[in-house]
Amino acid sequence: MKKKVYPSLDDIVADVPDGARIMFGGFGGAGFPNNLIQALVRKGVKNITAISNNCGTRDGELGLMFKNNQIKHVIASFPGPHANHFQERFAAREVTLELVPQGILCERMRAAAAGLQGFYTTVGVGTEVAEGKEERTLEGKRCILEMPIHADYAFIKAKNADELGNLTYRLAARNFNPIMAMAAKTTIAEVEELVSVGSIEPEHVMTPAIFVHRIVQAKGLHYAG
Amino acid sequence: MPAETTQEKALLDKPRLTREQIAQRAALELPDGAYVNLGWGIPNLIADYLPKEINVYFHSENGILGMGRRAKPGEEDYDLVDAMKVPVTLIRGASFFHQADAHLMTRGGHLDVAVLGGFQVSEKGDLANWKIPGAKGSGGIGGAMDIAAGAKKLIVCMEHVTKDGAPKIVRKCAYPLTGLECVDTIVTDLAVIDVMPQGLSLREVAPGWAADEVQKLTGAPMIAQGQVPEIRL
Repeated sequence: MKKKVYPSLDDIVADVPDGARIMFGGFGGAGFPNNLIQALVRKGVKNITAISNNCGTRDGELGLMFKNNQIKHVIASFPGPHANHFQERFAAREVTLELVPQGILCERMRAAAAGLQGFYTTVGVGTEVAEGKEERTLEGKRCILEMPIHADYAFIKAKNADELGNLTYRLAARNFNPIMAMAAKTTIAEVEELVSVGSIEPEHVMTPAIFVHRIVQAKGLHYAG
Repeated sequence: MPAETTQEKALLDKPRLTREQIAQRAALELPDGAYVNLGWGIPNLIADYLPKEINVYFHSENGILGMGRRAKPGEEDYDLVDAMKVPVTLIRGASFFHQADAHLMTRGGHLDVAVLGGFQVSEKGDLANWKIPGAKGSGGIGGAMDIAAGAKKLIVCMEHVTKDGAPKIVRKCAYPLTGLECVDTIVTDLAVIDVMPQGLSLREVAPGWAADEVQKLTGAPMIAQGQVPEIRL
């Protein structure tokens, strides 16, 4: 069986090509794969499409990749007024942005994970979000068609992993991580602790191993701001 | 459209409720046992003003049900934050789940009440609260559109007029929309207003204000039946 545990952060991102579409977990400072993001900064990949709730802090999270001009397109719900490097590049038209309502961002990724070709929703009807989308009335309600969001990689952060790739998350650091883990072709998890197979009780597994392809251990890292 | 007549300018100098008092009045709209989401701004203050006899369960879009008070200094855990990134605590019986389930709760009609801030509300209950035209930066939607589309009851808390004195309750929103016909009740520093099929209904006015005075600062007609009672806190 192919081993999922990698020896280092740099090894685990070594094959990520320029132009890759990457999902990044995290919300409100919790559950961001900050060590993996730093490895991508060291590697210097370019023209990345980033799918994430927001665009980083002043100098942390995805802010590092915007500072380094590695991202060309973002799909996000709330880029953030304090995502300085993103906002500067967005104003300079060096980065393009698709704004998506937060729950719809989740469901579009879940549709990709579930092999569904999109869905209809009332969310965003009559707003800027609906522009260019098919509209129809279902069960008496105006709805728009939303399409799946696919990705080459999901970069996620978990608390514990066993060597098979079963994951647990800590408190509200779960957020987008389990959804992205299911939606991408290759899911890479940075985890705080590697534990032996069987030590996570089966009923406590939050992301089953089938969704996780690579694991690396790294000390959790929070950015303020 | 700023207030133009002398009479309207005089009205703008009359005492109104504070942001805290708006939150305090909105807190009275929450039924005992309700599952509730509070948005940014004035709504976020509501948790501090819950009547003692009322228990509600606060939902956070990042996957928490049963969110408690803010963490005290030394008590912060940065894996336990609210939607505004502020470290919080849990009440007994709380639970965690992922973001898709968190919004399944908002969108799917599982929350009893959601309270959002607003830039404009129309007479039909359309809400604009995510982007000011011409403002710098990318703007951001966050969870507002999912919440607006799905809450069983949506309350908007905001000031009644802009800093320039222009009504924020209007016939038709000029700002980018968050959702169509989604608002049920508006609580402002001047009034409590219900959005009804027949139009806006003025339920209460701020202490010292008359219904016709509130109407002068409102951009859409309101129905007022008899003597409109004052807001009591």
